Amino acid sequence: MSETIFGDLSGVREGLAKVEYLADDGIASVVYLAERLGKPVLIEGPAGTGKTELAKSVAAMSGARLIRLQCYEGLDEAKALYEWNYKKQLLRIQADRGVDAEHEDWVELQDDIFQDEFLLTRPLLEAISAEDQVVLLIDEVDRVEIETEALLLEILSDYQVSIPELGTIMASQIPLVFLTSNNTRELSEALKRRCLFLHIDYPDLEREKQIVLTKVEGISENLAEQIARVVRSVRQLELKKAPSVSETLDWARTLVLLGIESIDVEQAKQTLHILLKYQSDIEKAAKELTVEA
Amino acid sequence: MLDLLSGFVGELRNAGLPVSLTENLDAMEAVKHIPIEDRDAFKYALAATLVKNEQHWRAFETVFEVYFSLRGPEYNVGDPDGNGEFDPESLEEWMSQQMQGMGGRGGGQDMSPEEIAEMLFRALLNADEAMMAAMARAAVTQFAGMEPGRPVGGTYYLYRTLRNLDLDGMLERLVDESAQRYEGELTPLAERLEREEFENRIEQLKREIEAEIRRRLVADRGVEAMAKTLRKPLPEDVDFMHASREEMANIRKAIQPLTRKLAARLARKRKHKRRGPLDFRATVRRSLSYGGVPAEPRFRHPRPNKPELIVVADISGSVAAFARFTLHLVYALQNQFSKVRSFVFIDGIDEVTHMFQNEEDITNAVHRVNTEADVVWVDGHSDYGHAFGVFWENFGKDVNAKSTMMFLGDARNNYHSTNAWVLKECQKRARSVFWLNPEPRSYWDTGDSVITEYSTYTDGVFECRNLRQLEGFVDNLA
Repeated sequence: MSETIFGDLSGVREGLAKVEYLADDGIASVVYLAERLGKPVLIEGPAGTGKTELAKSVAAMSGARLIRLQCYEGLDEAKALYEWNYKKQLLRIQADRGVDAEHEDWVELQDDIFQDEFLLTRPLLEAISAEDQVVLLIDEVDRVEIETEALLLEILSDYQVSIPELGTIMASQIPLVFLTSNNTRELSEALKRRCLFLHIDYPDLEREKQIVLTKVEGISENLAEQIARVVRSVRQLELKKAPSVSETLDWARTLVLLGIESIDVEQAKQTLHILLKYQSDIEKAAKELTVEA
Repeated sequence: MLDLLSGFVGELRNAGLPVSLTENLDAMEAVKHIPIEDRDAFKYALAATLVKNEQHWRAFETVFEVYFSLRGPEYNVGDPDGNGEFDPESLEEWMSQQMQGMGGRGGGQDMSPEEIAEMLFRALLNADEAMMAAMARAAVTQFAGMEPGRPVGGTYYLYRTLRNLDLDGMLERLVDESAQRYEGELTPLAERLEREEFENRIEQLKREIEAEIRRRLVADRGVEAMAKTLRKPLPEDVDFMHASREEMANIRKAIQPLTRKLAARLARKRKHKRRGPLDFRATVRRSLSYGGVPAEPRFRHPRPNKPELIVVADISGSVAAFARFTLHLVYALQNQFSKVRSFVFIDGIDEVTHMFQNEEDITNAVHRVNTEADVVWVDGHSDYGHAFGVFWENFGKDVNAKSTMMFLGDARNNYHSTNAWVLKECQKRARSVFWLNPEPRSYWDTGDSVITEYSTYTDGVFECRNLRQLEGFVDNLA
């Protein structure tokens, strides 16, 4: 790991801003620490607040390659770590037989077929064995079963992978690791202990406005301010699913496309379905917004 | 620094946060990389290494404020021999003088309440944060009437300060003022947004005042004493019966994932038990290829186990707070299980399944249950016996081997007959019967509580006063 990726704390913020990710103090500090301490970061928070985006942005900012492991129920070693390419191994054995059948030595053959050549690397092993700088993103880690989590522990704490036939593969460089979780279940203590913890919540008014301004082209400052305010107002309602940042951005883009300069109630109501995804939520918000203050 | 940090970690542990040794070491390591004068970064560094649960953030923040507030540049208390840099802001200086002479109530109070209110109004209107903070300090000095050494909590001072500031009136004035500013051109929507903006600023001011009071209390009474006073239970330890509105909201959020877990636990067996009972016919058919020797036994496919849940909840006055929580739990359960039937009772019993099913919105559903459910039979005092009797009569036939039954209540029966035989029958038929009791275990069977009589016929009675206990129940269910 080169110590000079970020420079200092403010360097992180500026670097992230350059790749259009607006970090707040908490995010910047944790990213900075992650690099300094060489520890993975566990990012938690509601859906659509830029957890995955953060990992991508850090990769973009440091010019590293992003390796992504999408977690899902039923994920196993063969898909996350490594797998022996048994077809190729079979071919190897058969090819041997053809040439000189009398010299077949089992031990030799065994050594032969359990080699790097026959190893299929999966994201975790790939991140460990990469020569260049990589950022490893383990997305939605809460989706795997609690037993599968244990798979990650070795790689997270020691940056190594043990393969019984080959021995232990150590990382040539320590990758930056980001894990994201939607908090659908409690992660195990062992996993949490190994990580730095970062909770990303909905941004505050000012930051949301800035995000809208950076990400949406041709939006006026006035409209961005209004959008941020309406969204905050909607988030305060008790909804099934509060609007996320990405939905705010979609909404902002829609309004710009429609050529709207300032929002009034009617327009807001007509475009609410972009912000909210449940019919009951839309009705509730529409009702709330119409009631005169 | 090391002492300070280990004291800090000790206090976090006292507050109930699980901080392990490795995390402690990480924190020590982390602060080395942070410029020490950057207070925010310092805070986030500690948080990232020590707090691994978003719910604990508030507790962490409180402890942090107590331990590290005085080390801010404007106080210079943490550094005993350092003479401190001169602080350019005269207000700050005036303030710290105030602090020293707090008991003496001598000089310096040259601002009248009206002036403070006026300046605060300007600050709020223009969202001038520095000014707001300064005014918060001034307001605390002026109104809170803090006396050194007095062992009261911050809430008392906070109340006194806020009462004098009349923030509600302030809000109205702010809204009027801004309406005038735009000369009535505001649409209703804009007006509403404007109002919310001001509410937000006032909320911020309140937090500022609270922090200010806390800072002074710490200065007055020392870190340890304050940390102890301010210690609040973590969200998972909050008692359902005495939860404040805000705590309730937190609890509600935590219920969702818990019910998912419960559903997973109850359905789990089908995953682990891959084999059903011996399939005799298939085994014999198979044995033909081995010359009639049943070498390879065949098994039936296990029947998928669809858990059905029957929830019977007490919603009487004695468990009112718990009942609120119960209803949320039932609602959350309804979304997770394919088949949930819910009943509520006081002395009569009524099925409320349909109210939860057709209602998208939980608050509406709870409201409907409270108003429409027909649960009063005679006088509206709990009568478990009668309610259970009616339950068995009307719905007993629906209890079958697939159903898991959950009773929620304190079993305070007002000395009526218990009708415990209903539970006995239920236990015979149902897959399992659980009882969750919101009372502390030591209160069980005191007075009119008849929990033991019921518990003989259940698969377990669990004390369920906070989220941690509820989680424990769900965990043990496997």
